[in-house]
Amino acid sequence: MLQRLFKFKGGVKPQTNKTQSVGLPIAVAPLPTRLIVPLHQSIGGTPDPLVAPGERVLKGQKIGGADGWISSAVHAPTSGTVLAVEERVAPHPSGLPTLSVIIEPDGRDEWITRTPVDYKALAPETVREMLRDAGVVGLGGAVFPSHAKLSASKTVPMEELVINGAECEPYITCDDLLMRERAEDVVRGVGLFRDLLRPKRVLIGIEDNKPEAVAAMKRAVQALGEDFAVIAVPTRYPAGGAKQLIRVLTGKEVPAAKRSTELGVQCFNVATAYTAWRAVAHGEPVISRIVTLTGNVAQPRNWEVLIGTPLAEFVALGQPKADTDGYLMGGPMMGFEMPSPDAPLVKATNCIIAGSPTLFPPKAPEMPCIRCGECAKACPHELQPFELYWFARAKNFGKTQEYSIFDCIECGCCSYVCPSRIPLVQYFRFAKSEIWAREREKNAADTAKARFEFRNLRDEREKAEKAERLAKAAAAKAAEKKAEPAPAAPAADAGIGAPAAADGGAPAAAPLDAEAVKKATIAAAIERARQQREAVQPKNTDRLTPAQQKEIAEIEARRAPLQAEQPERSAPPATDAAQEQQNQ
Amino acid sequence: MLTAILIMALGAVVLGAALGYASIKFKVEGDPLVDKIDAILPQTQCGQCGYPGCKPYAEAISKGEADINLCPPGGMEGVQRLADLLGREAKPLDAEEKPKQVAVIDEQTCIGCTLCIQACPVDAIVGAAKQMHTIVESLCTGCELCVPPCPVECIRMEAIAENIDNWKWKYPVIEIKPLRQAA
Ligand code: SF4
Ligand code: SF4
Ligand code: SF4
Ligand code: SF4
Repeated sequence: MLQRLFKFKGGVKPQTNKTQSVGLPIAVAPLPTRLIVPLHQSIGGTPDPLVAPGERVLKGQKIGGADGWISSAVHAPTSGTVLAVEERVAPHPSGLPTLSVIIEPDGRDEWITRTPVDYKALAPETVREMLRDAGVVGLGGAVFPSHAKLSASKTVPMEELVINGAECEPYITCDDLLMRERAEDVVRGVGLFRDLLRPKRVLIGIEDNKPEAVAAMKRAVQALGEDFAVIAVPTRYPAGGAKQLIRVLTGKEVPAAKRSTELGVQCFNVATAYTAWRAVAHGEPVISRIVTLTGNVAQPRNWEVLIGTPLAEFVALGQPKADTDGYLMGGPMMGFEMPSPDAPLVKATNCIIAGSPTLFPPKAPEMPCIRCGECAKACPHELQPFELYWFARAKNFGKTQEYSIFDCIECGCCSYVCPSRIPLVQYFRFAKSEIWAREREKNAADTAKARFEFRNLRDEREKAEKAERLAKAAAAKAAEKKAEPAPAAPAADAGIGAPAAADGGAPAAAPLDAEAVKKATIAAAIERARQQREAVQPKNTDRLTPAQQKEIAEIEARRAPLQAEQPERSAPPATDAAQEQQNQ
Repeated sequence: MLTAILIMALGAVVLGAALGYASIKFKVEGDPLVDKIDAILPQTQCGQCGYPGCKPYAEAISKGEADINLCPPGGMEGVQRLADLLGREAKPLDAEEKPKQVAVIDEQTCIGCTLCIQACPVDAIVGAAKQMHTIVESLCTGCELCVPPCPVECIRMEAIAENIDNWKWKYPVIEIKPLRQAA
């Protein structure tokens, strides 16, 4: 099948330096004396430790359970005893520690019971969960949990599944060797992904500087009777970037800030396909990976290494030369210096390069930008690195975002071509992490503000509710008292109502808002009394017949002794209450 | 000459009318400045500025009653951003800058009096009467308001240490190395 290939913009052609490490087949590294397995090895939630110090673990036993959907489990790479679960230096540019499980191997390498399954008989959901619990993550370096990428989008039909075997970065050959030696399992893994995603086409892209890998993969595809297209793509860094490979193979340009799924394309690394197949068909979780050991060593080659092997024990296998002054994890373009010889190898470690002053001579000092535009020509994402540099240097982060700093994949092409030797990528990383930090602070401030406002609202609501409750209770009490003397004398009720309310609403130790309630009820009672007095008297005395006049006079006469008593008892408290109200 | 004056006068009248109309038509409701200032303040709600929360301080700034350098949690960067927003001169902070902190309750000592819960402006403390209390670290703003009310002094403030999640790439610096002496 003749496949039309497309080109991506920019890119560079650094010396590949791959031949050194492909001479020998993959070797299995011997058991190290200690294994330091960091729990957080993938994008997403940090797995919770499932083991305690002193516990015996078996090879492949889960020691860290996935925390949420975007997270991936971690397993014991061999059988042995858990010495500790503690913070250990991480293979991370910061050199800061991360929670790790330290295992002392017992040398027996005893597996858990492995249960191979036939995934075709299972629901896709179950297979995805299996992959999560087997710790399958993107082994190209991004370590994104693979199961989360294996659900087809509901809105966009799945067009292409792109399998990334490009391995464009200099020095790295682990995928190359994997495809040469274990092509069948890789292809079976691709088949698994195909069955989960159901794309129209499957395209396997391999850079044309790996003809053996291309041939091996083609043979395996044929042997297994699959219809995958194995395509040799031109060697140009960064052809192995997901967006670049998708562009080359499908011609689709993934727009800024979008994911390829939105165009119906999904991309996986070949090593990921391999581990997914081992996990499903052999019941083996991800406990080892293939790592290229190269650079300033006597014996560069690829090793199958247990996750958690300390760097120092691993590099000893390649016999580093005397002038070795450091180790890079990853390639020379995107990698970083390992912070310590005790830092372990993890799922993201595809390559360790021993450095020396002759291999990576110290960079000459940075010169001012001459605005030559070379960096913009080299940028595969068509950014303007010199503008980004300018704003990042001035810490004008808003502007860097306007110039799409988050589309930068930190490929290093711009730094590579810059004649002024400006470490552009370092500036971009700095700007990105500052922007993230600000984002975190902003989110925290927003949460704090919302919670503070809610608290104030709740305080006020509670106060109002309490006031209402008390007012109701007071009113009920007042009504009760009112009910008794009411038939006797409607006018006197004014005098009684007020003190009753005052009594009801004034428990001695009431807090401040109770005072407010008391005031309100007193005021209300006084007001009621006034209204009643006004309403009652004029009506009763308006246009009276002589007979009525007489009747009233009789009633008044009867009431007189009562009134003589009551005002004395009830009126003074009423004025007290009124005064109290004014004083407050 | 006369026509020129007339034209200028006419222009003044027309433009004046247009401006007058625009000022009525496009009148902004509320006080957007307070919100803008409030958005810069760190929302720690600690009251160290002398106002009962960030919003009241924002209101005071916008009324010109308060200076812009009174918020210690905002730090010098906050002062600078307020100065940029308001077109004022940045001033040195009227307090010392502190690293970000969180409160920690010594759970052995806590007597469950609920006094700290009442003090926390963002409800970051959970607990009930006579039960041990604890602080939800992700919600705590580090305002220190819960420290003084505690009768058994079991709340302390801890600075947030650098870890892999909040670590930042450093600003690229050019190393100045002494020239190696030829041995
Ligand atoms: S390549 Fe370097 S010198 Fe040229 S424009 Fe870009 S940053 Fe400036
Ligand atoms: S590092 Fe970023 S800016 Fe530089 S070439 Fe790569 S994508 Fe472009
Ligand atoms: S000092 Fe700052 S953080 Fe604290 S209340 Fe005032 S404005 Fe808010
Ligand atoms: S827990 Fe204490 S320091 Fe933290 S926000 Fe609440 S009152 Fe402030």
